[in-house]
Amino acid sequence: MHVNADEDVLAQAAAWRGGGHAVALATVIGTWGSAPRAAGSHMAICDTGAFVGSVSGGCVEGAVVHEAREIMESGEPKVLEYGVTDDMAWEVGLACGGRVSIYVEPVS
Amino acid sequence: MNPALLAELLEARRGKETVVLATRLGDGAQVLLRPYGEHDGAGSAADGGWPVAEARRALEEDRSFVVETEAGDVFLRAYNPPVRLVLVGAVHIAQPLARLATEAGMDVLVVDPRSAWATPERFPGVHLVHAWPQDAIPGLGPDRRTGVVTLTHDPKVDDPALVAALNTPAFYIGALGSRGTHGKRLARLREEGFGDEALARIHGPVGLDIDARTPAEIAVSILAEVVAESRKPARRERA
Repeated sequence: MHVNADEDVLAQAAAWRGGGHAVALATVIGTWGSAPRAAGSHMAICDTGAFVGSVSGGCVEGAVVHEAREIMESGEPKVLEYGVTDDMAWEVGLACGGRVSIYVEPVS
Repeated sequence: MNPALLAELLEARRGKETVVLATRLGDGAQVLLRPYGEHDGAGSAADGGWPVAEARRALEEDRSFVVETEAGDVFLRAYNPPVRLVLVGAVHIAQPLARLATEAGMDVLVVDPRSAWATPERFPGVHLVHAWPQDAIPGLGPDRRTGVVTLTHDPKVDDPALVAALNTPAFYIGALGSRGTHGKRLARLREEGFGDEALARIHGPVGLDIDARTPAEIAVSILAEVVAESRKPARRERA
């Protein structure tokens, strides 16, 4: 049976968790202007640093993985915002000029 | 997310249920809503202050968004079952179309009474229905998340399929064939009693005009049109 991409991400998160890893799930909850991944897009992050899925066109995934590891430790979910007005726009901003809001939660 | 809730969500998705994951952003509280469920969700979820009516809207528009509630902002993640695509005619074009549509996350069925055409070798992993479309399509119960594409350009297979599809709320109906073929097809369907409004639902010649030539290219053009039509409810909302 075929599973669609977002389902693969959720299944991978469950599999990592089942294997005893700390896992975080990032979900796009809002976009403004042009953004490559729609609200609802998922990315799962494992404590090994491995990740599947995406929340942008590759622009902010690195920063989200970094934040996710802190969230695994703290156990507290967090909303992350990225966009052209961000201080870090040059480093982790969206080249497309959009803005994206991402909810990152521990799977625990 | 609680691993038990994640397991419940995965189970619901595998069972092709229509669900919405609601997350209160302030405190991370989460619940899996079944806004169309008879027993589960609606009553008790509404009591808990969860935005059930908005969850229904998210499903109808096939969109996910944040809504304000008295308990704070809630993100609604809509999980609809996959779009179903019924291909009538196990012809060459149906092969790349079945593959591409599957890759795009759709559930593909191929209907063809000729069992020599609709074989597992030609359509690995695809649900094959060996029946005439007028017998098969009503049983499949096409709904607002089902598309029907006729590909044989043989009137004795395609016409009954189109008649059956027009009698359902299918969001997409497409018919392969040139402008001339399509004109004759419309004339025949008109004699069957279909008016302008009904006939306007049929996309013919099928697919976006990308000057497609090969079966794979034609499949791309058809799939692109199916995707565009599937997004119309959400597009209307944004406009």
